[in-house]
Amino acid sequence: MTDTTSGEIPRKSLTQTLQLDTRLLGMIGAFVVICLVFHVLTGQRFLTPRNIFTLTIQTVSVAIMATGMVFVIVTRHIDLSVGSLLAVCSAVMALVQVWVMPQLLGLGIGHPATAPLAILAGLVVGASIGAFNGWLVGYLTIPAFIVTLGGLLVWRNVAWYLTSGQTLGPLDPNFQLFGGINGTIGVTASWIVGALAVAAALWFMASARRKKAGHGFAVKPLWAEAVMMALVSGLILGFVAILNAYQVPAARLERVFAARGETMPEGYTEGYGLPISVLVLVAVAVAMTVVARRTRFGRYIFATGGNPEAAALSGINTRLLTVKIFALMGALCALSAVVASARAANHANDIGTLDELRVIAAAVIGGTALSGGVGTIYGAILGALIMQSLQSGMAMVGVESPFQNIVVGSVLVFAVLIDIIYRKRSGALK
Amino acid sequence: MTPLVEMRDIALSFGGVKAIDHVTVDLYPGEVVGLLGHNGAGKSTLIKCLSGAYQMDSGQIFIEGQPVTINNPRDARAHNIETIYQTLALADNLDAASNLFLGRELVSAGGFVDDDRMEAETRRIMARLNPNFRKFNVPVSALSGGQRQSVAIARAVYFNAKILIMDEPTAALGPHETRMVAELIAELKRQGLGIFLISHDIHDVMALCDRVSVMKNGKLVGTERVTDVTEDDILGMIILGKKP
Ligand SMILES: Nc1ncnc2c1ncn2[C@@H]1O[C@H](COP(=O)(O)OP(=O)(O)OP(=O)(O)O)[C@@H](O)[C@H]1O
Ligand SMILES: [Mg+2]
Repeated sequence: MTDTTSGEIPRKSLTQTLQLDTRLLGMIGAFVVICLVFHVLTGQRFLTPRNIFTLTIQTVSVAIMATGMVFVIVTRHIDLSVGSLLAVCSAVMALVQVWVMPQLLGLGIGHPATAPLAILAGLVVGASIGAFNGWLVGYLTIPAFIVTLGGLLVWRNVAWYLTSGQTLGPLDPNFQLFGGINGTIGVTASWIVGALAVAAALWFMASARRKKAGHGFAVKPLWAEAVMMALVSGLILGFVAILNAYQVPAARLERVFAARGETMPEGYTEGYGLPISVLVLVAVAVAMTVVARRTRFGRYIFATGGNPEAAALSGINTRLLTVKIFALMGALCALSAVVASARAANHANDIGTLDELRVIAAAVIGGTALSGGVGTIYGAILGALIMQSLQSGMAMVGVESPFQNIVVGSVLVFAVLIDIIYRKRSGALK
Repeated sequence: MTPLVEMRDIALSFGGVKAIDHVTVDLYPGEVVGLLGHNGAGKSTLIKCLSGAYQMDSGQIFIEGQPVTINNPRDARAHNIETIYQTLALADNLDAASNLFLGRELVSAGGFVDDDRMEAETRRIMARLNPNFRKFNVPVSALSGGQRQSVAIARAVYFNAKILIMDEPTAALGPHETRMVAELIAELKRQGLGIFLISHDIHDVMALCDRVSVMKNGKLVGTERVTDVTEDDILGMIILGKKP
């Protein structure tokens, strides 16, 4: 580690100089290998704009919940009820859209207030159920495993009861914009968002450096900072470029023009650009990372995970903290429910089934330790992406679905083994 | 003169075990009071009632003559009571600065945790308490026992305590570091702090303390001025539970 006061200057490897997390590098490496292998096995169909676009929107729902699961697992709890919570939130939001707004209030289909009110209702329901779970865990000290195992059964069937087991749809057109392919912001806006993101990232890195230097701490060499900035900018803009390269089919564009009473000019093309659902995930990822690293709430989550007794002796109200963490998890389930039901264009009873396993697996593959105190938001999202890539890749290659699950299950166990070995080697685990 | 702290007739049981059996101790400003006794005598439990970690079954606590209720560690901190726990109470996965400021983080104008400023402050106080300390950017799990102890000491000293509780603060320290803690105690005493010092080293206690309170099986054996007794007298109190 860097130390301004010590005289000796230890030799550092490249990753140390760049201050890169080697575990993150390993995950990225694994992800790249998975992508390349499937690219070859599918006859170059895997790493196409079209497939990357699909992969991205398929990952969003699980990834959003995985960020919340990081906090839950970091504090040595678990939430097995996220898939069922997603179903309840989805059911409530669907009811608002197909029954409360158009029928009960007589506002008709497609009223502009429908989508915001539905989402608000979902968030309130999700956060409330989550807070209730947190209260049972934090104040009544029932183990989270039991509370949420019960919740898994209870809430999925509450969802069934609310809708009488029916599929509700079609959902509000504005609401459906959150579903992925039906709600993209187009090429120009995507470039603008990309440019703003790059500007924000560069500003953030520069100001962090300035602050450290202001305190007289050692900072990375300038070239290392420049390399990191180039890397981050390249990643952001490259991602935007790929999603922009996915072209809207001509037939669909023709319909759009026809709807406006125009004819499509010869040779007209248009890219999809960034889906709104992906923007939601990015916003969640940034917000959760800030919460984890830059707020007292986040600091207390990690302190409690590291040593609950020490946290309590430092005056942290660990019970209330548990309620807040589970409430946040519930709200994120609601957000995932928006994306998942909008993507399906309706609410079906089986929505979110087995998501608890995917979400926990994503967080764990992403380096969240079940022993508590350790985990990152970006790791969980990358974990979700790796799992989805495996699943989609195998489906494209034609692996039968039972085998897909066998592979995904094995990968989960294997990933944790690798993690344990890595931590032992790096001295983080004793 | 009113005592800085008076713990009057404190009792606390765990299930059927009377861990503290109607104990009264007090502490004056600028004074160091040693708490002595066998393992399991109830020393840690007694001071945990003062630090807010435990809630006593009966008894009263007075701070500067005023009765106070201390229900949790936040209440104790609000009365300027700082504690170095026997277990150190550090979050192993966080670095020294995060531990030092745990529960009292420095925040920037936007309300965000200001890690850089906390690290700068930690470097400042560590330069005074343990100049050899270098490990500012690693989790405290990577620290030696003595280094961890100096983090816990720094945390108790940093926030301008009036009342300092030290539960075996030198248990993991080498001779050099132990001497530094002794100097620190003398300095804090000169500044007018009151210090409860729990230790098993009678020699240290005689050197550092003004008075000693000896406990046995949850009961107070007695409180003596160190100038009035010999080491053997104190040993007798600890072992036999009898006043000299
Ligand atoms: N949380 C607890 N639950 C049950 N019993 C406890 C608890 N804490 C302490 N005790 C009991 O209370 C008694 C006093 O313990 P305490 O830790 O105060 O001793 P101590 O004087 O600090 O000993 P040591 O010198 O070993 O630190 C012991 O009999 C112990 O077993
Ligand atoms: Mg003790």
